[in-house]
Amino acid sequence: MREITYREAIKEALIEELERDDQVVIMGEEVAHYNGAYKVTEGLLDRFGDKRIVDTPISEAGFIGLGIGASMLGMRPVMELMFWSFSYVAFDQIVNNAAMVRYMSGGLINVPIVIRGPANGGTNVGATHSHTPENFIAYTPGLKVVCPSNAYDAKGLMKMAIRDNDPVYVMENTLLYGQTWEVPEEEYIIPLGKADVKREGSDLSIVAHGRSTITALEAATKLAEDGIEAEVVDLRSIRPLDIDTVLESVGKTNRVLLVDENKPFCGVSSQISHMIQLEAFDYLDAPIRRVTSIDSPAIYSDPLEKEQLPNPARVDKAARALLEEVSV
Amino acid sequence: MATKKTARASAGPVAKAAKAKINSSLSDDAKIGLLEEMIRIRRFEERSLRAYQQGKIGGFLHLYIGQESVAVGSLSVLGENDHFITAYRDHGHALACGMTMNECMAELYGKVTGCSRGKGGSMHFFAPDKNYWGGHGIVAGQTPLGLGLAYALKYNNIEGVALCYLGDGAVNQGVFHESLNLAALWDIPVIYIIENNGYSMGTSEARSSKFTGSLAKRAEGYDMAWESVVANHIYVVREATDRHVRYAKETSKPVLLELKTYRYRGHSVADANSEKYRTKEEIQNYQDTMDPINVFRKTLIDEGVIDEDRVKQIEKSAKDEANAAAKFADESDFPSVDSITEDVYWETDNPDQRQSGGRMFFHS
Repeated sequence: MREITYREAIKEALIEELERDDQVVIMGEEVAHYNGAYKVTEGLLDRFGDKRIVDTPISEAGFIGLGIGASMLGMRPVMELMFWSFSYVAFDQIVNNAAMVRYMSGGLINVPIVIRGPANGGTNVGATHSHTPENFIAYTPGLKVVCPSNAYDAKGLMKMAIRDNDPVYVMENTLLYGQTWEVPEEEYIIPLGKADVKREGSDLSIVAHGRSTITALEAATKLAEDGIEAEVVDLRSIRPLDIDTVLESVGKTNRVLLVDENKPFCGVSSQISHMIQLEAFDYLDAPIRRVTSIDSPAIYSDPLEKEQLPNPARVDKAARALLEEVSV
Repeated sequence: MATKKTARASAGPVAKAAKAKINSSLSDDAKIGLLEEMIRIRRFEERSLRAYQQGKIGGFLHLYIGQESVAVGSLSVLGENDHFITAYRDHGHALACGMTMNECMAELYGKVTGCSRGKGGSMHFFAPDKNYWGGHGIVAGQTPLGLGLAYALKYNNIEGVALCYLGDGAVNQGVFHESLNLAALWDIPVIYIIENNGYSMGTSEARSSKFTGSLAKRAEGYDMAWESVVANHIYVVREATDRHVRYAKETSKPVLLELKTYRYRGHSVADANSEKYRTKEEIQNYQDTMDPINVFRKTLIDEGVIDEDRVKQIEKSAKDEANAAAKFADESDFPSVDSITEDVYWETDNPDQRQSGGRMFFHS
């Protein structure tokens, strides 16, 4: 099968949906003439013209709000944020409008908007540009949040996000944009809310999403050299959440390690951990352990930022500690 | 804010507006209909105030009393392809666009028969079937949404405009300025209407905005058309709105229109001290000389369209309708506990069409 990058996979999803539905438009800072700050939208302006591919001023609240208004009238805007960190500027629009309008109207109005862009640390851009707060979005009823960990998932999930009748936030990852995976030529979609077992194993379950899945897989490969077989479950989306696949894996391995680029306090892993103890307590042979970002703003200095984020070494250490817990 | 001097000054524009085609071509019945709508809004508001004081309505209640000429006048010139959206002082717009008193009052009571099934409350009325995209609770939060409505019309080559109402306090929010810039930059046919009632909550216009005479003049910075008018006469509102709607449709350009009005009550009913930041005399003076219902009633009597008896009939009928709405709301049911998690996601409300897996809701 052919291999393409995460970036190209997302672009293919956008192209296919632009061709499929004339109410889809792409909007954001530098998406058109500049060809995209991360080149995800490269070539789209030439292909679809400036009515469909629209450069915006640096006005996140203004253009995200515009997209929400347009979606209320039936359009399907796909809004690019250059960094997740910039969505804080538009947070009133995302939380008070995109998420709440359907509820406040008693179900009369839908908001089929997609907001997408990279959310991650690890690129030495300091505290204000390194946020990974999928928990903020997942926390808000009315919003959906998708975190693809590879090119295949990114394409299939993006296509579903665009077709979804609810507001969907797709959190991409700058560190993955240039990496390649096998992606079929023929069209496919991946439903939201279906976790994927990326690696089968019997000794412990590592539950992750987004780039943390890649980190977990790297650690699992290393652990296997010592005969430790880790199962890696990729959540793919945080809301909706496929906790059943997680519970099934816990039933099989009896030990859980959560890997999550969120901070530890009130992060995604806090919720997953709660649900596992509530619904699979009897399966657990050891307390649930977590590897999250260290609980501070993102540090600029490269080696320290690498340590601050979940990385294979930290996952490896936590997995071994988990296995040393005496079974009861 | 308003004095006898401005009242006299507005006599010129009123006479001119009365001669404009949009007003002069109105039938007697249509004119009476406009007066009736304004009276209905006021009686509804007075009845809702009483219900609030009785503890039947919770939360905030931002009354529209004194501003009726704005919603009724501006919405009366819209066509079927035109849309509108407003802020939290939204009852007047709701009734003016044809929503029933029953569904509006029931929403205030938090009942399932309310327009938003009891989930929106006073600040969040919606009627998309009447091109009404809601009342919105965050100051200026609706301004880019109005832009988006007009954007969608333009994108789909529909000849229409979006009216986006905001208060005078909203002109100092960043997102309002982002919206003006985008509207002007992209030639979007949105008409921003500042309903300037003189006070952003308890802070007067003079204390909250740096301006010279008109808040709408800020549009000049965006190379956008603007106008300020004293809006207590419905003919003036209709003439100005109609002219700008036609301009926006012909040019696909935005407009910033300031309609100077006045509210008799506090920012909300909770703002019981509204006389602390303005004098009793100021309020009384406006009511005596500028009240939009009295002014229009007098015009129609002078024109020989209506007599006092008919006005009394209309007032009685509006009062009866408001009382009946309160009774309807009182007797309606509260939404069921199960409905708390309905209307959050389209997908969970349409389970037979659901494509996702996984859980959407989480319990403690």
